[in-house]
This record gives sequence, structure tokens and C-alpha cells, in this order.
Amino acid sequence: MEIAVQRPEAQRMGFFTDTTVCIGCKACEVACKQWNDLPADDLRASLSYDATRELSASTWRHVRFVETLRIPEPEPTLNFVEAALGAQLDRWVFMSDVCKHCTHAGCLDACPTGALIRTEFETVIVQSDVCNGCGYCVPSCPFGVIDRDPYDGRAAKCTLCYDRLEDGLEPACAKACPTDSIQFGPYEELVERAKGRVATLHERGLEGAYLYGAGDEPQDQLAGGLGAFFLLTEPPERYGLPAHADSPIQQNGPIANATGVAAAFVAAGLAFGAFAAAFRKAR
Amino acid sequence: MPGLGTSFGRGAATNYQQDFQNADCIWIQGSGLMEAHPVGSRWAMKARERGAKLIHVDPHFSRTSAVSDMHVPIRAGSDIAFLGGLIRHIIETKSYFEEYVVNYTNAPHLVREDFQDTEDLEGLFSGFDPEKGTYDRTTWLFEGMEPPGKTSSAEVQSTQAFTDRTQAGETLQQVPNDPTLQHPRCVFQVLRRHYSRYTPEMVSKVCGIPEDQFLKVAETLIANSGRERTTMLAYAVGWTQHTAGVQMIRAGSIVQLLLGNIGRPGGGIMAMRGHASIQGSSDIPTLYDLLPGYLPMPRATEDDQTLADYVEAGGKKSGWWSHFDEYIISLLKAWFGEAATPENDYGFGHLPKLTGNHSHYVTTLRALDGGLDGMFVMGQNPAVGSQHAGLQRRALAQMKWLVVRDLADLETASFWKDSPEIRSGEMKPEDIQTEVFLMPAAGHVEKEGHFTNTQRLLQWRDKALDPPGDARSELHFVYHIGKRIKAHYADSTRERDWPIRHLTWGYREHGVHDEPSAEDVLREINGYDLTTGKLLNGFGEMRNDGTTSCGCWIYSGCFADNVNQPRRRDPGDLNAPGGSVSPEWGWAWPANRRVLYNRASADPSGKPWSERKKLVWWDEEKEQWAGYDVPDFPPGKRPDYKPHPEAEGMEAIPGSAPFMMMPDGRGALFSPSGPLDAPIPTHYEPLESPVPNELYPKLGANPLGITWMRPENPLVAEGDDHYPLVASTFRLTEHHTAGPMSRNLPWLAELQPEMFAEIDPVLARERGIKDGEWMVIETPRAEIEARAKVTNRVQPLRMGERIIHQVCLPWHWGTFKTNPQGVTGDTVNDLIAISGDPNTTIHESKAFRCNVRAGRRAGETTVRLADVDTDQDPNDDQPDFASKTPHSVLGDEEQA
Repeated sequence: MEIAVQRPEAQRMGFFTDTTVCIGCKACEVACKQWNDLPADDLRASLSYDATRELSASTWRHVRFVETLRIPEPEPTLNFVEAALGAQLDRWVFMSDVCKHCTHAGCLDACPTGALIRTEFETVIVQSDVCNGCGYCVPSCPFGVIDRDPYDGRAAKCTLCYDRLEDGLEPACAKACPTDSIQFGPYEELVERAKGRVATLHERGLEGAYLYGAGDEPQDQLAGGLGAFFLLTEPPERYGLPAHADSPIQQNGPIANATGVAAAFVAAGLAFGAFAAAFRKAR
Repeated sequence: MPGLGTSFGRGAATNYQQDFQNADCIWIQGSGLMEAHPVGSRWAMKARERGAKLIHVDPHFSRTSAVSDMHVPIRAGSDIAFLGGLIRHIIETKSYFEEYVVNYTNAPHLVREDFQDTEDLEGLFSGFDPEKGTYDRTTWLFEGMEPPGKTSSAEVQSTQAFTDRTQAGETLQQVPNDPTLQHPRCVFQVLRRHYSRYTPEMVSKVCGIPEDQFLKVAETLIANSGRERTTMLAYAVGWTQHTAGVQMIRAGSIVQLLLGNIGRPGGGIMAMRGHASIQGSSDIPTLYDLLPGYLPMPRATEDDQTLADYVEAGGKKSGWWSHFDEYIISLLKAWFGEAATPENDYGFGHLPKLTGNHSHYVTTLRALDGGLDGMFVMGQNPAVGSQHAGLQRRALAQMKWLVVRDLADLETASFWKDSPEIRSGEMKPEDIQTEVFLMPAAGHVEKEGHFTNTQRLLQWRDKALDPPGDARSELHFVYHIGKRIKAHYADSTRERDWPIRHLTWGYREHGVHDEPSAEDVLREINGYDLTTGKLLNGFGEMRNDGTTSCGCWIYSGCFADNVNQPRRRDPGDLNAPGGSVSPEWGWAWPANRRVLYNRASADPSGKPWSERKKLVWWDEEKEQWAGYDVPDFPPGKRPDYKPHPEAEGMEAIPGSAPFMMMPDGRGALFSPSGPLDAPIPTHYEPLESPVPNELYPKLGANPLGITWMRPENPLVAEGDDHYPLVASTFRLTEHHTAGPMSRNLPWLAELQPEMFAEIDPVLARERGIKDGEWMVIETPRAEIEARAKVTNRVQPLRMGERIIHQVCLPWHWGTFKTNPQGVTGDTVNDLIAISGDPNTTIHESKAFRCNVRAGRRAGETTVRLADVDTDQDPNDDQPDFASKTPHSVLGDEEQA
């Protein structure tokens, strides 16, 4: 991992976002925009309570609202009214999404100008004064995070509050979170804490709890491990997250065997999927 | 908050928000805790992490429901039926905390023989006067109690806080009682009979809650209460804003008393307040009928003309209120200084005297009828935030002048040039004679002072930066107006100007704008020993001979040792036993107690009920009460202390009676002279309800509920089936009350850009309303438009054979916009009639009838009222009361 900024005492820092304690207040979104001086987006009709809808060049934290319905067992006699009377909102889950600060960062790998760099905290940031707005990073992000600013064309995304970190402050979103759903700290400590948290939830009967982007075997790690990882209780797709992800460029190395070939095809397919998703978004 | 005051003695939240984490169950009803109080929710979420159960009873599934273990959809306004069902279940299954109930509540007291219950009188209690529409409450008294004398000022005084004062002169420990709870006339048996028909089937039929779900709630509350466990109840304006709002809170209080949860860690009742300092605005009141510290406002009757009469009517012979004279005399000394002497009654005669109800709605109607010259509006936005906002705006147009102090030109200041009534042509700017003075106000970081929050906690904030331009703090504004008024009257010799000339007004000034010292004001509130000039350490040092001064007795001690106690910021060791109390963080009234009635956390002998729920206990060695919190009890009173039958004052309170503000020291299951409308809560339908009252078919709504029968305030007529739906209002995390501060902040505006209405899919299909498209909500007062959110978060309710649909409306939108990225929308309060709870004159906005249709509104929102005949006599300042006498009003915050 190439570190662009050297500072001997620095260590990898990250986010652990625990969706099981999020109350959907969106304080993180607002704190992020305030600290980073990001504009409000043009007003859009909201999807249920979600008016910001997605991460973008001006929305670096986004609270996703996931609704799941519990519909009664289908019965032939059930009419629409009866079905609606029985249908209950089973869960309304909130997840504060953010740049993952990947170990294998597709955006950084694709950047031809060196605008995207890895900091001494092993986070990934865009140097806006270097960025030429080519946009290669956008389809290279398997999570659809990085985006170009519609006004100046340059790429923008979460910096994990690099400026605050340099001064020993925690990022604005984590600071604002009233329930500690967003936790910030040294990466290794966070992973250990998160594993303990999953175990606690399993003991409590929430067997569907798992970590997304941390604590996996090396070969299964998403994008080599995510600097900002999540505790989820639903399949990743429910949150708009890919089940598998890596930097497209990581798949371009020499292929050792047949398994590798197959894996490369799968990865290419995924990369295309991510590209397509990003393309749809860019429109 | 008379519901809490009449039940326990003080009208304030019993516990503190950090104490949520010590609860084994958090029961949220009438509150969107997570959405309206996200920061306080931190501790509720911590409780959940420790394994506590969260229950949310609410008409619609919100973010609060999402993080709760159980969401129980309820028909808006049917809460007492649900709570009565819980009371019945707890009694019938013998699940109450018996030792607590027998010793700490008035369950054993015998009620008079001539008391008749709603079960005997088809929904009314004995003593109802159909002509006046009020109760003679004599028959509600305990056996042996005499009806209060003519001098009981409390008859028309606020029940806003603390207990009502009609028990003056009573020493209730002598009430005949039956500790076995078997006597047919003991409170416990009266309660049992009263709720005998509130069965799970009845709950289901009235509230639309399936029986098994109701029973699951009951069992969860019971399983998490008792010696080892505690349940905390949180409510908010979802209970207060009903014509039977006080009774809802009373019913919740009864459940918590039966389960033994009051005065204990992780228990109690959290009245979640809706503004930063709303608790403060009733402590040092913006209310017309109270003086600071919940002393009643004297009345313009013969009984209240002298200090002696006022004290006799207001004080009690037993319990804490025996100190009443010390508090009023010290208050007069704080106000009038050396001019207040024993010879002139300390200036008592110069206080304004109350002539009737001067609450917000009464005053608004008087303005509408041309009976009000002018008004100051500070920190309020009635053109959006008050009920029947269209009527509010029309009333503003009938005055000579209006001073609005706010951050910007919000709806209340701009009604004359931009409002639905201007756009419709009903009002024309050139015809409106009201001269509006908009005074720019400093924001909360641009001024110093303290907030008193939900948990009675005073927290000081320093000024972060100077306000821009001409903007000034409220303190600056009021102080300098006062200074000019005093200068104007300095040479007056007229008797009526005496209070202006002698008002103490000597706060130090600083800075280029002569800002008065907020700390000096707080020192005055704390009070001084005038013989030494030193600040008081607490109300215990106050005297009734004019040698102490104090601006608000319950705040006395907040500046002890000349230290600004609310400015303290030491949380202490949070992990130590009892560490969450954090006594050095800010300062809480009274006497820095964080859990009220905490004597009840110990058993009658003074030992904690359990090690797990330890808070305050009797230390035999030191012969005093000790604990993690400041004991809410006389420090040296032994648990086995028994008063002499002739004892008076605090001497009359036994060592085993934890509710020392009550004359008998006991929590009130039955309230003989508290609320005006019932000694025990009874289910009444909302004023506008689409269903008959299943329990008392002859009655319907609260017989004492206040209505104004005027053509501008039409109610849905009985039998009118044009409005079959139940509407309720709620708040969103992203916006703040009437919205001027949040709707114009782009970062918040983008999160909730549009007024919307949440409806269920069945109703949407019936009316052809599509998700995300426009819909219209209509009442007899107005119609507004909103984006439809068709969602399973709102469920059709099955009530017996009937299916009821509910319409859930956030109320944050109006027309004011300072920022191109700000957002506007129709005002929900245009839809709602003014009405009132008989104890508080708080309106019913949480349950009213409406209809909906697809599309956009036909004209401006309130155009249907443009042509009604509004001719009223402006001198008739309490017009058409439908023979109901309202009694007091809650602070401005509680308006929507």
C-alpha cells in the first residue's frame, strides 16, 4: 500500500458504522456538510423519508432507509384490504453510508493524475487542486461512492475529515452521532470491537448480524478490507451494497491457474456491473 | 403539567434522561422520542444495549418504532382506554407492587360515601352541574375531609404544577383507611370497579389494538417492574394536546404507581419537553396564572387582596407547602427590594390580579374581536405554530401594533403582506392597521444565559460570538425597555405606578451595547440573605420576615457560594455505582435532586428495595438519608417517624411517605381535588371523533372539554360523515417546531423538503391517491395540500366491525422563506380547531377528523372561513364559552 504522506506516529484510522443503533436522525449528513462546507443538493422528491437518496459529490454521508414488510402467508381468500390490515412494517433499518476507504481503492488505482492519494492514516482522499476531472475514478469505485461535482467537474468524496485528523479531532459525522452508531478510531481496534459486537448480538438472538468489509479471511475481503466497514443485519443488496467488490485493477495481474481465470471473469463481470451502475447514476 | 403535579406533587419529569440507561423497559407513548429528542435517545439506546425492552405505542410507525422491540398502533386519542386496560389487568392479575401501593400511594384511603363513579352515572362522576358544565368536587373527597372553604384560591388557580391547593388546612394522615385494600370504599377498590369494563376486548374495540398485542404490552411492563426491575414511561405533547390530556397523564401515573416505578432509578415518568427551555418557561412562567416557582397568581377577588389571605388560601398546614409564606415574601423582596416592608404587605397589593382566563386562545379571540391593542411575540410563531392558524393570522390583523422579536421576518411578522388570506384577497395590506415592529433577535449562541431542560436541569451557556447588526438578546431588550419605562415613571406620584418605581432593576451592564449581566439575574433568582448580603444556599434558608429575597424559590441554590452552579461541567465517574446521576453536571431543581421522590427507591424501613435498584437509603449510623442522589426528603427524618395527630407542616409527614409535596405524603391513585374533570381518568373520545364512545355511549367527549362555539371555529357536526378519518400531527427530526429556523437552513431543508401526509395503502387506493403525488386534507376550518406518502407505516385499524384510517401529518411548514434554498408548504395548524383541556386550555391537535382526496387544493387554505360572520362584542373577553370555564394555559411551546 503506497502511503503518500509520511508521518511516523500515524496509524490506519477508520469508521465502524453499527446499523443496529442508528436512529436515522441524519445528524451525520448535516455535520458532514457543515464541516466540509458542502452545498445542499437541488431539492428532489423524496423516496419515503430519504430525500438525499445517495452519496454524491456534495453528499459524503448518506443515511439509507431500508424498509422491509411482513406480509401474512398468502391465502386465496385474502383480499387487498385484509392483506393490508395484516401487512406490518417489519423493520425499518437505517444505515449511514460513506466512502469505504478501501485497502484496494479502485478510484485511486484508476486516477491518472495522482489526485487521489492514500494518506498517513491509510485513508483515500482527492486533492482537488490536482484533479483534472477526467472521471476515471467514478466507474472504478465498486460502491458507486465517488462522483464528479456537477459544477466544476472535479471528483469529490469523503476525506474521513483529513483536516480534522491532522489536528487530532474525530471526523464530524462520528462526533455528531448521538447514539454512537458511527464510531471512529484506530482500524485494528475498531475491527476487534466490531467482532465483539457481532458476537454480543448473536448471543442476544440477532443471528443475522455480520460485518461488511472487515474481519473476513484475506481471500474473501471486500476490496482488500474496508477502512470504513459496517455491521449489517440484512443482505448487502438491501442497503445498495455489492456482495463482492474489489478494485478493477486488482484483477489485471498475472493469472496463475484456472481458478484464477474464472475469478477474473467474475470480477470483470462485477466491474462491468459497477460501471453500469455508476453510469446510470451519472445520468 | 397538572397530570404529574396532582399525582406526585410536582409538575415536572420525575427522572433524568441519562437515567433511561438504567431502565429495564422503556415505554414510550404520546411521544416520538427518537425523532423529537435524538440526543436524549442516546440513553434509551444504551438501555436497549443492556437488554431493556422498548415499547412504542403510537398511531404511526416512526423512527422511534423502528428501534423499539414492539410498535403498537393505536387510534389517536384513545389512550385512556388503553391505559385503563393496563390498570385493570395489573389489578386483576394481582401484578401490582403491593408493599409500594399500600405504603406509598393513597390506595388504602376511604372515599366519601356519597361519591359516585362513572360506572354508576354513565360516564359522569357525582357532582356534575349540567348548567355550568363543571363539577362540584365535594363528593370526591376522602372520608372525613371537609369541602374547601371559600378562600381556596385554587378553585380557579392553575393546576399547572404541584398539587392543587384546595386541600388547605387538611391533615390527611387521619383519613380512615384500610391497609388490606379490601374495604369497598377504599381507593383501590374504587379503582378496581371503575376500570372493570376496560377489558382486553374493550381495548381492542376502542383503540384498534389486537388483544394479544395489548396483553403482550401489559405482561412486558409487569415483568419489568417490581423490587428488582423498573420501567420508565416517556410521553410528550402526544398526550398533553387532547381535551382529556391531563387525564391521559394521570392514567399513566396510576400505572406507574401501581407498578411501583416512581422515585426509582430507571423508573418514573419523563415528560419530554418540546423546546430547549420550556420547563424553564413554566418554572419562571410565561403563563398568565402563575408567579415564579408555581405560586398562584393572586385573583381580583376579595379573598386575595391581602398577603395574609393569599397565604392562607395558598399554603397548607401539612407538607412542604407549609413554607408558602416564605416563598411569596422572598419573591416580593426580590422584586421590590427595600420598598417591600411588613407594613405595606411587601407590596403584595401592587401585584396585578387575575380577572379570568387570559390564556393564548382567549387572548387571540379577544384580538379577533378588536379587543386587543397590541402584543409582543417573542420566541413564538402563532401564524404557523398555534392552532387554527388562519384564525390567528386574522386576529393579528385586528390590532394596532405588534412587536415581533425573531431571527427573521417570519410568518407572524409578515402575515400582512404574505399569507393565505392576503393571497386570496380576503385581507389587503392597505386595510390592515396593525403596525408591525420586527426586532432582530440574537441566536442562542450569540447570548449568555441558561436553559432549563426536560429534566429540570439548568445548564449555562456562554456567548460564543456577538450577534450581528442590531440583533440583541431578549434579556437586553426586556431590560432596556424596563429601564426606559422606569425613567418615564420616575417622578410619578400615582399609587398605581408604585410597582414600576420600586421594581429592583440593578443588573450590571457590560460591553458596547450595555448588555445586562445574565449572571446577576440568576443571582437574583437564587436569592440573598439580606442581613448578610450573601447568596442563599437553598430554599431551606428562606424566612418569612422579609430578611431573605428570592426570585424563584425552587431555583434557590443554583448560585450557592456565589458559584454559577449551572455552569458546572463535570460528569464525574460515570462507571461508579450511581455514576449516571452526575451531580456536578449543571444543576437541577429542586436542591440539585435528579430523581424526584427518591425516598421511594427505599422500602418503608429505609432499605433499598433491591441492590440492583439502589439509589437513596437511610444510614442508621449517621442517622440521615444517604445515596447517589440528593435525597428528596428531610435529611434527618427517620423512616419510622410517626407524626403526632396534631402535627403541622413537614412534621405531619411520616418517615415512610415519600411524596412530601402532597399533604399526606402519598402518590395519588385517586385525586380528590386535583384535576377539575375527574378524580380517576375515564375514557372520553376526542372532541372530533368518528366513533361513538364504546364505554359511555351517552357522553362521547370530555364533558368539561373547552370549546369555543363561534362561526370561525366550526367543529365537525355529530353525524356528519363527510370527515370519516382520524388525523394526528407529529414532528420530524429534521425540522424544529413551526420551522422558520430549519426550513431556511438548506442542509435541513433538503432532508425534508416538502409537507407530506402519511396514509395507508387501502385508503390511498380507495381515494385514488398515489405515492409521491399531491393530496388534499380537509376539515371544516381549511384544506391543505401535501405530498402523499403511501406507506405501511400507517395501518388501517380494525375496531370491532369498523375499520378506521388515520392520516399522519408533520406540522413544520409555512410560507416564510429567507433563503432561495429554503422550503415552504401548507400549514397543518390551519386545519385544527381551537379547543382546550379543562385544566390547561391546551388544544386538541393530536386527534381530529378530516377527509382526504387526490389532487391539489382548490383555493387558498382557509378561504372557506372568509365569509363567516365574525361580529362579536370586543368587550366580551370570554366569548361563547359553551359554559365551560377554562383555568390555565401551558407555555407557548406546547402549541403544536
